[in-house]
Amino acid sequence: MKRLVAGAVALAAAGLGAAWWAASRRRMPGAAKDPLASSRWLGITINRPPGEVAPDGHLPEPLARVDAEVRMNSAPGDRGTEIYARPRMRGEDSRTALRTALRETKSLLETGDVLRSDEEIGTTRTTLPGKVLDMALGRASEGGRL
Amino acid sequence: MKALCWQGVNELSVERVPDPVILNAQDAIVKVKASTTCGSDLHLLGGYIPAMRAGDVIGHEFIGEIVEVGPEVNRHKPGERVVVCSVIGCGRCWACRHDQWSLCENSNPSPGITDLMWGGTTAGIFGYSHAMGGFRGSHAEYVRVPFADYNAFTIPEGVFDLDALFASDAAPTGWMGAELGGVKPGDVVAVWGCGGVGQMAARAALLLGAERVIAIDRYPERLAMTARHVGCEVIDYTTTDVAAELRERTGGRGPDVCIEAVGMEADGTGVQRVYDGIKQRLRLEQDRPIAVREAIHACRKGGSIFVLGVFSGFVDKFPLGALMNKGLTLRGAQQHGQRYIPKLLDLMAKGDLKAAYLATHTMSLDDGPKGYDMFKHKRDGCVRAVFCPWA
Repeated sequence: MKRLVAGAVALAAAGLGAAWWAASRRRMPGAAKDPLASSRWLGITINRPPGEVAPDGHLPEPLARVDAEVRMNSAPGDRGTEIYARPRMRGEDSRTALRTALRETKSLLETGDVLRSDEEIGTTRTTLPGKVLDMALGRASEGGRL
Repeated sequence: MKALCWQGVNELSVERVPDPVILNAQDAIVKVKASTTCGSDLHLLGGYIPAMRAGDVIGHEFIGEIVEVGPEVNRHKPGERVVVCSVIGCGRCWACRHDQWSLCENSNPSPGITDLMWGGTTAGIFGYSHAMGGFRGSHAEYVRVPFADYNAFTIPEGVFDLDALFASDAAPTGWMGAELGGVKPGDVVAVWGCGGVGQMAARAALLLGAERVIAIDRYPERLAMTARHVGCEVIDYTTTDVAAELRERTGGRGPDVCIEAVGMEADGTGVQRVYDGIKQRLRLEQDRPIAVREAIHACRKGGSIFVLGVFSGFVDKFPLGALMNKGLTLRGAQQHGQRYIPKLLDLMAKGDLKAAYLATHTMSLDDGPKGYDMFKHKRDGCVRAVFCPWA
């Protein structure tokens, strides 16, 4: 039974990996393909007023590093600032780098830091289900809906 | 240092792992004094949350002593006795500022997983898989606490360690269920599950003014403990038709507020127990929502249900028709502990809230695998096993 359960977990991890792959292609399983997927603006809301997000029009460092169009406006309901960006270069790698830059910008402006993971000093060992999981989680820090 | 590590489905072992270090300037390192098992760990242990790697340190409910702080920690210093919230908040994003700490937008370094699974990034949690940030857990000699100014709380003089321990998770989770479930003076409240969280939810409902609280479980020792320590009514669902009993005790209305404190591995009786059991084993259904279904059917028209038990994905046969046509309100959340912990520590200091009795079995960290075995199978009346790494 233990082997059956372990196999089921490996299958579940593989399923997570497949879902991850599908999402990395900007398409949810079963959803209609978005013809604008590669050109959509990536948006994030920062809990700071626009004047603090880009003082004197200067973009914060993580965003200034990437080659992207950027626009911003006050968020409704006193929620801070909405920042929208899209890469000038086409391709998923450019969007991945931009996604990371937006998240880091938000964290730096709100908390003054970007939180690092305990995974940097790992306690784990390599296993077969773990390898499947690694495939699934390999882009966990930089992927997602954003 | 020593730590209790997940090695695979239903496999735990105590291992030597590298000590945690300050990685961010707002971190603190806490020397763990006591760390307890939680029912939600069983979902990790059983492989129901498939984002665990062999060697991951588990545990999320703990107290300890601060031994080191980063240069940007301002509210704490080494030597302080603290309780740490199991859910990590940054304290400054919109969600944290609005006391929705488990929705923190900056505390999960792997945001893509929950973003994909649930359509939004959720907070990091200690020892709760790589979906929740891959943070090391608290069943260890030391643990790194990110954003320590917001997540560690100094324990007041006069509050015992074993009371404060449950201010980390069980007590604030229970309190949240009662408060956000909308418990008001005069209400009748039903609580599914008499584990640590369910008992704390029942106690919170009474403290918030509920006229009657009725707790439901199947283990006689847990029902007896709840009746004795919480001071509420109880129902054994293996010998009683819960819905009929609740109708009879509430003038036919049903409870005003129903709190589900069971989660994805809910047990039950009859056909749905078999149905959900088979579907979950075959991974055709991730979670068994038996208690949620029962709560929706039992709740009075226009009442509310709060889901405290942990669910990870999809459920089958969800009674959306009853929810809609009875005009019910359904809410749920991982705990927003930072919102409640100071108040709960005050209540503990005054003697109005006691939780230490939940710690039925205290042992060394070396006995971690044994403790989880007792906890999982409810052996010897185990409600919570508590590990003391330095005892």
